[in-house]
Order: sequence, then structure tokens, then C-alpha cells
Amino acid sequence: MTHATLGAGEMPKTVDSIQTSYMAQVRRRRLYGGLTLLIFVLLMVSGFNIADGRNAGGFWDGLGNIGDYPADVLSEAWEKRAALPGLMVKFFPALIETVNIAAVSTLIGATAGLVLSLLATRGLARWPRLIPVFRRVMDLMRAIPEIVIALMLIFVLGGGPVPAMIAIAIHTAGALGKMFSEVAENADLKPVEGLASTGATWAQRMWLGVVPQVAPNYISYALLRFEINIRASAILGFVGAGGLGYELRNAMAWGPGRFGEAAAIFILLFGTIVAFDQLSSRYRNRLTEGYGQ
Amino acid sequence: MLELNAVTKRFGDKTAVDAASFTVERPMMIGIIGRSGAGKSTLLRMLNRLSDASEGSIRFEGTEITTLRGAARRQWQSRCAMIFQQFNLVPRMDVVSNVLHGLLNRRSTLSTMFNLYPQDDIHRAIEILDRLGIAEQAPKRAEALSGGQQQRVAIARALMQDPAVILADEPIASLDPMNAQIVMEALRRIHEEDGRMVIANLHTLDTARRYCDRVIGMRDGRIVFDGTPEQLTTGAARDIYGAGDDFSEAATSTEIETLDRANAPVRMPA
Repeated sequence: MTHATLGAGEMPKTVDSIQTSYMAQVRRRRLYGGLTLLIFVLLMVSGFNIADGRNAGGFWDGLGNIGDYPADVLSEAWEKRAALPGLMVKFFPALIETVNIAAVSTLIGATAGLVLSLLATRGLARWPRLIPVFRRVMDLMRAIPEIVIALMLIFVLGGGPVPAMIAIAIHTAGALGKMFSEVAENADLKPVEGLASTGATWAQRMWLGVVPQVAPNYISYALLRFEINIRASAILGFVGAGGLGYELRNAMAWGPGRFGEAAAIFILLFGTIVAFDQLSSRYRNRLTEGYGQ
Repeated sequence: MLELNAVTKRFGDKTAVDAASFTVERPMMIGIIGRSGAGKSTLLRMLNRLSDASEGSIRFEGTEITTLRGAARRQWQSRCAMIFQQFNLVPRMDVVSNVLHGLLNRRSTLSTMFNLYPQDDIHRAIEILDRLGIAEQAPKRAEALSGGQQQRVAIARALMQDPAVILADEPIASLDPMNAQIVMEALRRIHEEDGRMVIANLHTLDTARRYCDRVIGMRDGRIVFDGTPEQLTTGAARDIYGAGDDFSEAATSTEIETLDRANAPVRMPA
């Protein structure tokens, strides 16, 4: 592309020469695009074949059975539908525990993420040279799966909601820190400079100059994270962290006979996610509308 | 050709355009003037069907425009090009691709998504750019151009549509006087050479007087003036802008000389 535009800059331009050089550019772009597409398709096909070859069951053979387990659960749940409301009441305390774990870990994680993000944003950081350090810390927090941290902590602290809470909070801090920092990068620096001119400390500049600008975005990301964390805290129940996941594992591991319980737990989980999704989207709308005016 | 009958647009309990009616018999260049908030933009957006009229009818060559749906509506939009105050180009795509967007209604969705246009289309796009004097910018990204150049790219996109009508919503409001003149002259030339109807929202009287065959004045959503530029006296202008006796034309002008004249006696308060 540089070739065509640079070359054309020297000679007097006619529409013809502009058309020719632009067409050459278009052809080159199409060639590269076509090659990229071809490589992509080849990689996808060969990758799938290798993976399918190593698979014990085989993708195409197994595809037909995909509905078997849900069908078992559904049919058994349908037979025991009368017991479902009772089961849901029985598991409600476990649901509260799961939501509690998610809420506490989101709060702690978002607070840590806020501090980390400001420390890792160019133009805002307290110690600009340490930006790479804080970035790597956040990478690390995101890279280690929650379940690994939770297993380690359960080994040390014993089973229960606290290790799960810490594990999710660590992951949340890393994930939200990254998103927060991208929002903060686009924040207007003029108010920060205005505050600096009055002799404000770094914490004052951030809290009073940056946070008001980014708050709607931060809150909306944090609410999204809260939904993800409800699911995460349910999963951690599988490894002994308590809550709904623990009950779900028991119900599923026992196999047929307790699928009614599994169905009740799924309904509870689904209902909770839907409820919080509705709640947070309404709240987010109000936030953005409020700031629009 | 174009016939508006009691076209009305309401937003909630607010009436933005109130029973606007006028008829255009032959292609001409029409300027719509009025204060901001007078309903000029809303009127143009209803003509293009970017927004729907609450009441009334718009007929073009016998076809009712306000009731078109789906593909028929998009077909009308491709015959009725729109130019915006802020240019509304895709900033990260090159100039020729932006001009080729004028063909989106006529080419298949799949090929346009991969930016695959026939060579003839690309050649025509560059010829249109040449007509507007910016062919040399062809391979650049739209965002790299100045405001006046970007507006001419937007006009080129409109011409690529080969439209019967060109609507221009405050085409020169964000340009300096020099570029404003180039853009207005380009619109006038398109009208004279191609015989296309041009309807432009303008907020300055002298631009409307200089370039338009017919001027329509709007105030609070109503059409309060419709006539030739010669009929647009200072008194008529006062009515349109709802100003008192202290109203001077220079206050709505972007021309360099009139601005100088207006500024000369003014003293800045210390």
C-alpha cells in the first residue's frame, strides 16, 4: 500500500493512474484476505480431525446421544414434579449461601480490581514504572483457575464457603482490573490535572477525578461479574466449598433416583441468574440514562 | 414530483413537525431555513425514512413514501441520498470504500461485507471523487481527511447512489467558510449538471439566498415561508427566526465580509 501511495505522490496524477494503483491495492488486499481465509479453514478442518481421532468415543458417533442425559433428568423430574416445590424450599438455604459467596467475592474483588486497575493504567498510575508489575499480577490472578486456588485453600483451611470466596475474589480482581483499566485509559485527564493543581494526593485525584467519570461503566462490569460469580460459586460447591454446587454434585453423582433434586437445583440456579440479570440490566439502564442527561 | 401533505412528527407530547405541506414540480435546489429545533432535520429524516412520520403523506412521482416497508423502503432510501452535518462516514475505512457504500442497496450483502466490488464500480467511485476534486485522497482512511474533504466524500457516496433526490442536513454547519463554499458549490453543480433535486437544511440566510432556487422557512415545526430568494426580505426573515427589530442578517451569516462588518463596531468588555 505504501508503495502505491508514495509512488503516485511524485508523478502528476490522472484519474487513470489513481484507478490503476487503487485496483492494484485492492487485488493485493483480496489475495491476502483469501489466503488468510484458506489457512483458517485448513487449520479448523485438520484440527477437528486430529481432535476427533484422539477422542475415545468419536464426535459423530456420540452426537446422537447428546440428549440422553438431559432426557433422563427431565423425564424423571417430570414424574416427580409434585415434589419439586418442596425440594426447592429444601435447597433454598444452599442457594442463599451460593449467592452470598458470589456477592462477597464480587465486592472484595471489585475493590481490589479498582485499585489494581488505576495502578496499571498509563497516565494515571501512582508509580508508572511499576505498571508492568501490576499488569503481570493481574494476569496471574486471571490465569490460575478458581478451582485450583479453591482446592489449595480447602486443603489448608478445610472445606466451607471461605476458601471459595477467596478463590473467586482473586479471579474477579484480576478480570475486573483488566476491564477497569481499559475504561480508565479513555478517561479525560483534564479534571485530574485540575485536581493536581490544587495540591491533591494521588488517592484524592483518582477518587474525585477519575472514579466519577468511569463509575457507570465500572458498576455495569461489576454487575456482569456478579452474575458470572454466582455460576462460579455454584461450581466450586462441587469441590467441597458448600452451597448449591455441593448439593448438585450429590444429586448428580447418586445417579437415577435423585434426578428430581438435580432438576430442582437447576431451576433454582436458572431462576437466580435470570432474576439478577433483570435486576442488573434495569439498574444499569437507570445509571446510563441518569448520566446521559 | 415531490408532494408533502400535512406531514407531522410527534415525540411524546412534543410536536417537532406540525402539518408541513409543500409541492415540488421539477428538480430544483431548495433551502430549508430556521432556528435550531425548528424541525428541519426531523423533516429531512422523514423524507429519507430514517424516522417515520406520525401523520400525513409524502408522495414521490406518485408513490407513497411513508408506508414503504422492508426492501421497498431501503430501495427508496437508495434513491434519496442523505448528507449529514457530521459527515457520518466510517472513519477507519478508506475513501473509496466509503464511496462504494453508496451501492449497498444494489449489491449482495455477502459480497459487500467482504468488500468485493466489481472493477467498474471502483472505477466509477474514483471518477466521482475526481469530479469533486479529491481523487488523490482515494486510498487514504476517511478519518485522515479534513472536514471539507470528508464532506465531499459524503457527497461522493450520495452520488454513487445515483439518487433522484439529495437531502443535505446542515451540510456546512461544521465547516469553515472556505470549505463551506466549496461544498455548497459542489451541491449546486450536481443540481445543475445532473438535474437532481437537492434539499438542504441551512441555518444561514445568505447561503440559502445565494445557492437556492426556492427557500422554505420553518419555525416551531410549521412552514412559515415558502418562496423565491427574492421574496425573502428582512421582514420575512424576522418572522422565520422569531426575532425583534434588532435582528440583523449578519447575525446568521458565515460569510467573511458580513462577519467583519458586524464585528467592527463591537467592543469586547474588559
